[in-house]
Amino acid sequence: MLPARSFIPLAAFLAVAALLAIGLQNDPHKIPSMLIDKPTPDFALTSLTGDDNGFSHHDLKGNVSLLNVFASWCPGCRVEHPMLMQLAARGDVPIYGLNWKDRQADSKRWLAKNQNPYARVGLDESGRVGIDLGVTGVPETFVIDRTGRIRYRYPGPITQEVWQEHFEPLLKDLRGLQ
Amino acid sequence: MAAEAGLFAIIIALFISLVQSIVPLALMRRGGPAAAAFVRQAAIGQFVFIAVAFGCLTYAFVTSDFSVQVVAANSHTLKPLLYKVSGVWGNHEGSMLLWVLILSLFGAAVALFGDNLPDRLQANVLGVHGLIGLGFLTFIVITSNPFTRLINPPADGNGLNPILQDPGLAIHPPFLYLGYVGFSMAFSFSVAALIEGKVDASWARWVRPWVLAAWCFLTVGITLGSAWAYYTLGWGGWWFWDPVENASFMPWLAGTALLHSALVVERRHALISWTILLGILTFSLSLIGTFLVRSGVLTSVHSFAQDPSRGAFILALILLSTGGALTLFAIRAPRLRNGAPFAIISREGGLTVNNILLTTATATVFLGTFYPIFVDMMGNDKISVGPPYYNMTFVPIMVPLLLAMPIGPILKWKRDDIRSAMGRLKPAAYACLVAAIITLVVTLGHNVLATFFMAIAAWLVFGSFAILVHRTRIGSVPLSKSFWLARTTPLAFYGLIIAHAGMGVTIAGITGMTNWATEKIEMLRPGQSLQLSGYDVRLRSVGDIAGPNYEAERGYFDIARRGKPFAQLYSERRFYPVRQQQTTAAGIRTNLISNLYVTLGDPDGKGSWAVRFYYHPFMPLVWLGALTMSLGGFISLFDRRLRVGAPQRSATGLFAVPAE
Repeated sequence: MLPARSFIPLAAFLAVAALLAIGLQNDPHKIPSMLIDKPTPDFALTSLTGDDNGFSHHDLKGNVSLLNVFASWCPGCRVEHPMLMQLAARGDVPIYGLNWKDRQADSKRWLAKNQNPYARVGLDESGRVGIDLGVTGVPETFVIDRTGRIRYRYPGPITQEVWQEHFEPLLKDLRGLQ
Repeated sequence: MAAEAGLFAIIIALFISLVQSIVPLALMRRGGPAAAAFVRQAAIGQFVFIAVAFGCLTYAFVTSDFSVQVVAANSHTLKPLLYKVSGVWGNHEGSMLLWVLILSLFGAAVALFGDNLPDRLQANVLGVHGLIGLGFLTFIVITSNPFTRLINPPADGNGLNPILQDPGLAIHPPFLYLGYVGFSMAFSFSVAALIEGKVDASWARWVRPWVLAAWCFLTVGITLGSAWAYYTLGWGGWWFWDPVENASFMPWLAGTALLHSALVVERRHALISWTILLGILTFSLSLIGTFLVRSGVLTSVHSFAQDPSRGAFILALILLSTGGALTLFAIRAPRLRNGAPFAIISREGGLTVNNILLTTATATVFLGTFYPIFVDMMGNDKISVGPPYYNMTFVPIMVPLLLAMPIGPILKWKRDDIRSAMGRLKPAAYACLVAAIITLVVTLGHNVLATFFMAIAAWLVFGSFAILVHRTRIGSVPLSKSFWLARTTPLAFYGLIIAHAGMGVTIAGITGMTNWATEKIEMLRPGQSLQLSGYDVRLRSVGDIAGPNYEAERGYFDIARRGKPFAQLYSERRFYPVRQQQTTAAGIRTNLISNLYVTLGDPDGKGSWAVRFYYHPFMPLVWLGALTMSLGGFISLFDRRLRVGAPQRSATGLFAVPAE
């Protein structure tokens, strides 16, 4: 007769393995956003850097643009940052930044270190605007069309592949519509 | 041709590993010595063929054979030779090949040096080891073939990610793998013991040196990784609790626990089933680390290109190996004879406390690393777990462990009296008090936490020496006798002192960095300067430089302290045209106690550059302490009692104080 307690390690391990298996199934990029094709919620944020006069939902109208949610404490943001810098250098599409649940001093320092790709950066210290936008984590990027509607949401760092696969075709479409 | 030869060699190694694992498990009962000899040959053969494959891939990299996909994606003709070679493991496929190479190296070592192991144990160990090899070779052949050819080879390669082009990072993965793949020995020995249903003293004498060697390499590997992150990522951080860092830190914590519990098995024949369980878990954590880095389950700063199908494969391997081992454990462990009882206040008791705390610490890091996945499954909220979590969970668990570190080794085996043990540590307690007072005075009484941790650091360093003083009886016997005692003290004992003291040095470094590091960012024109912590940093000039495969802007800095010239440093902003990527090379001046760290940031286009300057007191101590720890481990490895083939207890003189 085997004592049940000798099975404890096995049981614990199987539980963890099951979670990992589910984690593998769960593609982090496939959470639907409730806000697709809806206008961005109204907001008005103070400027993070002080270089502009703040950032509000009005800025997102008139041009196809990207809204990138980031924070200085997020490793994924560091990963995607060079990509954002490249995009900003190309100048095809303006990138707006939403600095989410972060301290102003930290994120200012972060942007000074890593360069600033954003046309405007709003400071969302409490995470309020992020909640309205349905942000689930950082980094996260929204594609906004000319009328200020959210057309696409991508959670996770943008890489070259992600950009070519998901963003480029959509941006082409959105520009073609007008 | 080389690529085809390499693939062929891998497939041969795969079949060898297949027979290596089948023979002992199927034939051992009848085959006896002949089967054992066969398995030994197989283990050596497996290593030879994987080494050939590794050589072929290295050849393809060095000769820039861009018809091989991996080479085209990760190398470039203009890259310096060192990085052509390190490029072999700077990508997923090649690093897996390095992984199995090291795995088979350990197997071959058991085959070559294991003459004095009982045939049956040796064959079983190598059989289990062959199974692990079989799993990973299959993984390589099916999902990660490094020798895939391109039909239209490009004229030149894609280049290696510039932040990986660094001498420190060139040698970091081999050390890291020697460490966590080395724990496969603990796994194979544990499973072999379960198969045989018995653990004898020779088992523990065999396991401990392997675990110790793996642990030493892993310590060096983690240290190199941390130092690399510090100077190349350009923001002066040295540990981020990033999932990939945790992936190497968890096996380290569990391996540290294993190291200590194996000691109890060896000396007292107690904690046997626990040690076997730890052996299985430590290697499983290494496997989970591999899974983490390659599956894309978590995002991280330094992981390889990720692919869920590879993740699924590794997860299946983990399920088979860990699941199988734990099933065997559930069936066999209750039958293992457990050794001599001991009092709570005893060396065994101290080592048990060590194990409980280290295992708990491992669990907190595990939880922190995987919590985002758990939350993800509960709702669909994605979160990141950051340093605040670890400060609140990991640090409080480490504090009692650190406090107990000098006490444990000074206790006697079986039973001791805590009061007399503390008496032996009195000098260390005084040193601890002095350190606390100095810190309080220096910080003007403001920094209680810094005071507390500096006192702990002193406690560890001086406590370790107090253990040595106690052993050699300096002061209570004539000096000549102390000298004689010191000479006859086994190396493993010195290893203990050095490693524990090294931990104290690391703690001092972490405390200093956490509390007293300062930094400043300013826009400077050439000729202008910034002031910080008594240093004056002047940007003398900025010039253009051409590196072997990059172009750079180099800023020259003159640093003065209290008005006197102190140092000249330069920092580069490098641009790698092949990858269109920018990196920073920091200018660092170290005196092994503190660092000055300067980087040239971006120009504003109007003649100024963003200049960052950090003053990092005690930063080098973090790494020096860690290297001291592994030095202690290496010294301990040279103890002749641990030497392969040494008789169980060689004479340690009249004073047979148990010494580790």
